[in-house]
Amino acid sequence: MTPAATTLRTPAAAPVSPTQSRSEPPWVRRLLIGVALAFLSLFLFLPLVSVFTQAFAKGLGFYLHTISDPMAVSAIKLTFLAAGIAVPLNCVFGVCAAWVIAKFDFPGKNILLTLIDLPFSVSPVISGLIYVLVFGAQGWLGLYLNADHPALPWLAGWLNQHNFKIIFAVPGIVLATIFVTFPFVARELIPLMQAQGRTEEEAARVLGAGGWQTFWRVTLPNIKWGLLYGVILCNARAMGEFGAVSVVSGKIRGQTNTIPLHIEALYDDYNFTGAFAVASLLALLAVVTLALKTWVELKNASLQSVTDNS
Amino acid sequence: MPGFKLTLGFTLFYLGLIVLIPLSAVFWKSSSLSWHEFWHTVTLPVAVASYRLTFGASFLAALVNAFFGFIVAWVLVRYEFLGKKLVDALVDLPFALPTAVAGITLATLYAKAGWIGQWLEPLGVKVANTQIGVFVALTFIGLPFIVRTVQPVLQELDPELEEAAASLGANRWQIFWRVILPMVLPALLTGFTLAFARALGEYGSVIFIAGNIPLKTQITPVVIMGELDMFNYAKATAIAVVMLIVSFLLLLGVNVLQWWTNRHNTTHLA
Repeated sequence: MTPAATTLRTPAAAPVSPTQSRSEPPWVRRLLIGVALAFLSLFLFLPLVSVFTQAFAKGLGFYLHTISDPMAVSAIKLTFLAAGIAVPLNCVFGVCAAWVIAKFDFPGKNILLTLIDLPFSVSPVISGLIYVLVFGAQGWLGLYLNADHPALPWLAGWLNQHNFKIIFAVPGIVLATIFVTFPFVARELIPLMQAQGRTEEEAARVLGAGGWQTFWRVTLPNIKWGLLYGVILCNARAMGEFGAVSVVSGKIRGQTNTIPLHIEALYDDYNFTGAFAVASLLALLAVVTLALKTWVELKNASLQSVTDNS
Repeated sequence: MPGFKLTLGFTLFYLGLIVLIPLSAVFWKSSSLSWHEFWHTVTLPVAVASYRLTFGASFLAALVNAFFGFIVAWVLVRYEFLGKKLVDALVDLPFALPTAVAGITLATLYAKAGWIGQWLEPLGVKVANTQIGVFVALTFIGLPFIVRTVQPVLQELDPELEEAAASLGANRWQIFWRVILPMVLPALLTGFTLAFARALGEYGSVIFIAGNIPLKTQITPVVIMGELDMFNYAKATAIAVVMLIVSFLLLLGVNVLQWWTNRHNTTHLA
């Protein structure tokens, strides 16, 4: 017996009420709340406030001038384009992957689950690097285009003729964005659809609904909040990705700079206020993302309590 | 249930096209080096110094996050205070805030004249352009991992266990140490590993505050980036392979940990 265990018997005289037994003395509570809030203020609140303060350091005029600069506008457009392609594609993939994993049993399911998570554990710089190795001038595509006798000569000829480029061009940026946001939607939907099981879909099938009908009318309404949640997170990452895009973009101002790359360019030019002005757009996106996310969570929780009560 | 072939086919096709084939290019490229060249590249002093910094700072940041993240999760689950909902939502900020924005913000806050830097400067503590800067940035991005893995476990803890311990005469500290902590430990470990793994690969939030001085404040992703800028693709890939292997091992570790926890819990119930 340890010393602590032997002392367990002594204070039995005073019975402890259930609420008392689960709570600490007030000074401990206040101390812990204080420590938590101090830590969060230092690491979260202060940085967030500082982005907006720095952004307006030279006044509203400078702010508007910076974010309406042609280079900034082109960066904003490119970011929207990349996210606009990456998010819907990963959405379709997420629904497909969740459907096959949640509704069917097949060997190798756990391996598939792990592989879907893979992009999360790869450094952003490496995520960009792999596309350079595939599509770069020294990569697979480059070897193919420069080969003396390429397979499908018409394709190589057409690509060479049109000076088709993926790396240091927009397609590379889109691909890198797809890679880094790959698991987001799938990851939200898989546990959700696994928990929901397949009884509702089976009932719909028995009642004569077709495959697509079952999906649109039964599955989709059930997963819409989870899907929205995944899309919100996927979009935030797609618009904010820096490392991977930075490797494949070539950083040509006005052409292959996304918003995060434009921020870096301004910062490297010692235009700090300008960098923060553009950064405030992404910080605003982050705040909106968090607000939407909290809203979806609350909505989901209230829906759950309604179904639990009925 | 319909659609098995279609959905499995598309899932595998898309996974192969976007993730598996491009990732395999890393191993193809590094095989263009001989074993000797590979070993020489990955053990260059610049690379070794970067591993040391990346691992050390990531480990320390995950440790600090484990401590404070646990307190944050505890406070959010157990106590009531003004603005709790707001604080709870704000915890995810490092997930939502793009790394480049976090990077320039932290660099400015901790600069000599910055909001935080000006208080540290008289104490002789320099953060910007030092290894402490790397640690600060990695602490920022790892923060939500611990809170979000520990929080649900704390929420689901059965109050009866604590009441039973209390009625047997255990004091609050004993209950925490011997009843609560052992049950939360797997989640804490998972969160720690996730934060650590994320920190190892981090790039955007670190480069602005670190100053990227070779042998001193260069993290491994910056070394890879430097080789890429000089078009040394084979060298960059060799160092990337080292990082990938470590990341995969950590991913495996997390999966084994979760599998072990699940099994442990179910046998407990049975």
